[in-house]
Amino acid sequence: MATEKTTIFSPELAARFDKLVTLYPVRRSALVPMLLYAQDEVGYISTAVIAEVAERIGIRENDVQSVLSYYSMLRTKPAGKYNVQVCTNISCMVCDGYKILEHCKKRLGIGHKEVTSDGLFSLEEVECIGACCWAPAIQINYDFYDELTPEKMDQILDDYKAGRGKETV
Amino acid sequence: MPRLVSHPDEVKIISRRFGLGATDIGKYIELDGYKAVQAAISKGPEWIISEMKASGLRGRGGAGFPTGMKWSFVPKQSEKAKYVLVNGDESEPGTCKDHLIFLYDPHAVIEGTMIAGIAIGAKMGFIYLRGEYRYLLKIMEKAVADAYAKGFLGKNIFGSGVDFDIVTQTGAGAYEVGEESALMESLEGKRGVPRIKPPFPAVVGLYGGPTVINNVETIASVPHILLMSGEAYAKVGSERNGGTRLFGISGHVERPGVYELPMGYNLKKAIYDVAGGVRGGKKLKAVVPGGSSTPVLTADEIDVGLDFDQMGKAGTMLGSGGIVVLDETVCMVEFALRTIKFYQHESCGWCIPCREGTDWLKKSITRLHEGGAVDKDIDNIRYLAENMLGRTFCPLGDAAAMPTIGFVQKFRKEFEDHLNGRGCPYKHSLEREEALV
Ligand SMILES: Cc1cc2nc3c(=O)[nH]c(=O)nc-3n(C[C@H](O)[C@H](O)[C@H](O)COP(=O)(O)O)c2cc1C
Ligand code: SF4
Ligand code: FES
Repeated sequence: MATEKTTIFSPELAARFDKLVTLYPVRRSALVPMLLYAQDEVGYISTAVIAEVAERIGIRENDVQSVLSYYSMLRTKPAGKYNVQVCTNISCMVCDGYKILEHCKKRLGIGHKEVTSDGLFSLEEVECIGACCWAPAIQINYDFYDELTPEKMDQILDDYKAGRGKETV
Repeated sequence: MPRLVSHPDEVKIISRRFGLGATDIGKYIELDGYKAVQAAISKGPEWIISEMKASGLRGRGGAGFPTGMKWSFVPKQSEKAKYVLVNGDESEPGTCKDHLIFLYDPHAVIEGTMIAGIAIGAKMGFIYLRGEYRYLLKIMEKAVADAYAKGFLGKNIFGSGVDFDIVTQTGAGAYEVGEESALMESLEGKRGVPRIKPPFPAVVGLYGGPTVINNVETIASVPHILLMSGEAYAKVGSERNGGTRLFGISGHVERPGVYELPMGYNLKKAIYDVAGGVRGGKKLKAVVPGGSSTPVLTADEIDVGLDFDQMGKAGTMLGSGGIVVLDETVCMVEFALRTIKFYQHESCGWCIPCREGTDWLKKSITRLHEGGAVDKDIDNIRYLAENMLGRTFCPLGDAAAMPTIGFVQKFRKEFEDHLNGRGCPYKHSLEREEALV
């Protein structure tokens, strides 16, 4: 296991991981949550993250890589500080979800899975996020916004730009 | 924050604590919380399972398997530890009901998990939430911590001599992980590729031990059933379909939202009375009745009861309870295309009929939508989908094929209107507007 000295994570996250691997009948059950929490702190799954997670769990880096590539929320490149995820699946689609997506593309000047030059925002078209009855819906990082209009969308983006956005981690 | 809705036809059993502050453990206890689990402890597994069987509760995850029966399949004696696994992957497009349960009544999920554990003789339960539900995971984590602090979880719960632990788990983005065997793989730290069945999870499940896997809504219904009695719960619903269900009505209705209606409630009434009818006085075109994998109904086919059997007879499925209402402005080809794009994206790639089939369907319907198809392409789409049915390793292949067949079968005319270079006649389509500029 990684000692305090060698960890790439903050002391809080390292302590959390020390505990996490003990919660389950097998250590490997901590793998998916660990990768997501590591990504939350580091910004993406770097090779250093893979190496430390593999070591903590006691599996090969290859095994980590193979799991990592399966889950759509895990990324190996940095996203923007605020990752804007617009749902265009069926309920949102029929409630102008594509209009919201187009609006975000224009407003941020970026396309699907791109990052603004200042690194503040990235944009993603995503599948159903479980907010269908409040369509059209989006998430910015982990926070939900629903019943959107282009005007509401502008307000939300302005708030984040000004550092006033919600930030659940 | 999701908006709560209400209608006089609702029967609020599972949603009765919504909006009442029941995330607070004190409030939950005040609202009859943690009484059912104490009854379960004192009356024992046989009583629980017989109440569950009497309740007629059928799994709310989509397939509608009777819950009491599922629990009774778990062997009494087992060398390996047994587990309860709560499926909160909630990723079927059109479905957002478990979202509300986590948000407003997290302790009901905990209490239901404990009761399931007592019924099958498990000492550990897992509550798995899709990765996107981080704020709900926080709510669940706090509820679990509060339950431990009160001594409701951990060693010797309620002085019974029984130990029970609950661990909450986050996913990281994958629809397929909602399939029960893929869910177990994910919880074991692997790719969400399904396992071959048999053996069924009730016999060989998580970490090789007997495991009961239930949907969040199924589990959250359990304490209510024990409190009101299985028989009373059954009476609320229709024949062979006990109780109530959370129906999420979305799309083109005046009052979208999650409503708790008795099983067997008429779909047409749900749309017109409960959800206020089609938005803006437009005409109804179609209804996807139970999440994106359920075959579409036309406007003439919606006079049907919302339960597993009646929906089956109507040629579709009750599914996840996510009712998506489509008005006359929707292009059914574009809708079919968005649906198949989803399944193509979510196919885990393990078996060929699903991996290749969803990809071909996506390509064919894309071409058709753009006007690049001829008459026989419509038959080919249907033929391709029909040949996926029953030939895939897990039901995701069927989930992709069934709605596709439904769209072609019931809206063939709309497919034909796109042929021979004509392309999409529906101007509202944004993807098309973009393509035009
Ligand atoms: C592709 C696929 C995705 C599924 N997704 C979910 C899901 O998100 N939530 C869920 O409860 N069940 C889902 N199911 C159904 C589960 O496999 C399983 O039947 C269910 O969790 C059992 O619980 P129940 O008996 O309480 O319904 C899915 C099934 C398939 C084939
Ligand atoms: S049917 Fe699809 S999701 Fe299921 S195992 Fe085959 S490829 Fe994977
Ligand atoms: S379809 Fe957009 S949140 Fe479900």
